[in-house]
Amino acid sequence: MRHQLDFEKPIIELRRKLDELKKHPDAHALGLNLEVEIEQIEKRLEETRCQVYSELTAWQRVQIARHPKRPFVLDYIRGAFTGFVELHGDRLFADDRAMVGGFAQLNGHRVMVIGTQKGRDTKENILRNFGSAHPEGYRKALRLMRLADKFGLPIITLIDTAGAYPGIGAEERHIAEAIAVNLREMMLLEVPIIAAVVGEGGSGGALGIGVADRVLILENAYYSVISPEGCASILWKDRAATAKAAEALKITAKELKAFGLVDAVVPEPLGGAHNDPADAVALLKVQLLIHLDELQKLSSGDRLRMRYQKFRAFGLFQENNAPGSEVAQPEAAPTPAQPA
Amino acid sequence: MATTPFIKKTLGLETAEPAVTPPPHNNAEKVLKKPKLAGGRKRDIPEGLWNKCPKCSTLLYDKDLDANRKVCIRCGYHFPISARERINSLVETCSFEEMDANMTSVDALQFTGVTSYSNKLESYQKSTGLKDAVITGIGRLADYRLALGVMDFSFLGGSMGSVVGEKLTRLIEAATDKGLPLVIISTSGGARMYEGMFSLMQMAKTSGALAYHARKKLPYVSVLTHPTTAGVMASYASLGDLIIAEPGAMIGFAGPRVIKDTTQAELPPGFQTAEFLLDHGLIDMIVPRNEMKAVLCNVLDYLGVDRKRLAALG
Ligand SMILES: [Zn+2]
Repeated sequence: MRHQLDFEKPIIELRRKLDELKKHPDAHALGLNLEVEIEQIEKRLEETRCQVYSELTAWQRVQIARHPKRPFVLDYIRGAFTGFVELHGDRLFADDRAMVGGFAQLNGHRVMVIGTQKGRDTKENILRNFGSAHPEGYRKALRLMRLADKFGLPIITLIDTAGAYPGIGAEERHIAEAIAVNLREMMLLEVPIIAAVVGEGGSGGALGIGVADRVLILENAYYSVISPEGCASILWKDRAATAKAAEALKITAKELKAFGLVDAVVPEPLGGAHNDPADAVALLKVQLLIHLDELQKLSSGDRLRMRYQKFRAFGLFQENNAPGSEVAQPEAAPTPAQPA
Repeated sequence: MATTPFIKKTLGLETAEPAVTPPPHNNAEKVLKKPKLAGGRKRDIPEGLWNKCPKCSTLLYDKDLDANRKVCIRCGYHFPISARERINSLVETCSFEEMDANMTSVDALQFTGVTSYSNKLESYQKSTGLKDAVITGIGRLADYRLALGVMDFSFLGGSMGSVVGEKLTRLIEAATDKGLPLVIISTSGGARMYEGMFSLMQMAKTSGALAYHARKKLPYVSVLTHPTTAGVMASYASLGDLIIAEPGAMIGFAGPRVIKDTTQAELPPGFQTAEFLLDHGLIDMIVPRNEMKAVLCNVLDYLGVDRKRLAALG
């Protein structure tokens, strides 16, 4: 059975009616002509689909981003790339299967592709830890990124995680440090970096592989400092306020683009990537190629300077106490020291 | 070493403990009058505020506590200390030139929660006398000129929004430009939810600035005080050449409640304390507040800071 979301009910209802009419056993015998009615319902179905999916709330989009049938990172890697050579381990402690990575080709470009991987069923979810990486995952990602930097391979990261794993072992092996080091080191890698949030962009666990020259986000993906559930239980003291929290946090692709916090929104098939995974993969591939092409035209020095300035500019604040003073989106920072 | 199996039993749980989690053991009682004690010494004791130490229950007179930098005279418990007091305890008198003192947060998201973000900001500005959760500037510590950033937990749980991120980034950039050592004293519940993704991005912004500071081989000492967690811990607080913690400070990425809910496991004793981190090899040392200045002076000597040259510049 297809996994359905609450807000899709009117669509499901119309689909059911349509199926019934089409299969009506007595229609022919009774000489009824149902064609007109079928046509009308088909039209209404199309209109309803357009309407429902064009007016999705933030919380509805979060549900689509978490849809169990949504393409996961390995689906994008296998669909958009060729010749994936998976590489394992952080050379320190373990191979974190929640973080995958390796060599691959994107339309003939040799790249390093890295991403967080969720599981489709219980068994796979245990293997992938529901897509929540431990420190080993972030250290493996950095190892592969440094390898890519050394041999001049562009880096593409695909993000789909509820967040880094909040566990005892994760703390003991210093997950905070693993993420922090990635944030610092990704700023200095000389190869092009593209990050794409394809599903859930859960807080520091997403940002830990998300410092890039270009940050893309799929139309129904979200990227947030805290899960809507977490925000609801802290600020509203009520999990039932989750939809409100999702709205307040401004976590949808469109809102993030409007704030300049992401560079591009990648369109999805109507109703979400799970309705047509092959199309979703193709749509992402197009965008990755466009941005890779642009980035490869720049010198590594220019890329580094622009990458720094891009993140440097994030922040809204007031500089003076003078009433009515402008809210400053700060100008680009003083140019950091050129890479040696 | 104990490890956790890679199993997550509940889904959709936040990674980051709230920006505004109150510290677990700062519930020191304040009483206006010293309760009656056996014996007749009360005439010698001046009227004033008395603080009960949450660890050893000793009653401590405000002025004595201040004189000892808010450390319990009897058991060494570290009470919370404001950013201003801490700066005064470290830098030489009148040597601190504050940067961006008037920078304030704005409600970029027009956050519509239970109360508005603007109201929160206003009430915290009133109650703390601070503009936001960090004070930055350049000052002199003994003979060293250094860039110093000090966070204050009393302002919205020391949460990091655009102002904290921008002030620290400007401080780091100033240190890079002027060739100065950098000390950041952290205390924070994490990113400031009210600023949404703007707050998350401050992690990348500050860490990126530190990348260029490190590239110039300039020293950075990160001091972790109670509590330092989540987004701050997963960015600049973890990136020091040296990482020093105050005794008993709670330090971690995820909050203990979140970890317990997610793993359904008992947390080990002393989990996420400074002492636990030291045992697990995650920090360089634990230094009591009263020795912090001397230790900072001593280690800066080893981190390529030329005392005489900087003194001449200063
Ligand atoms: Zn005490």
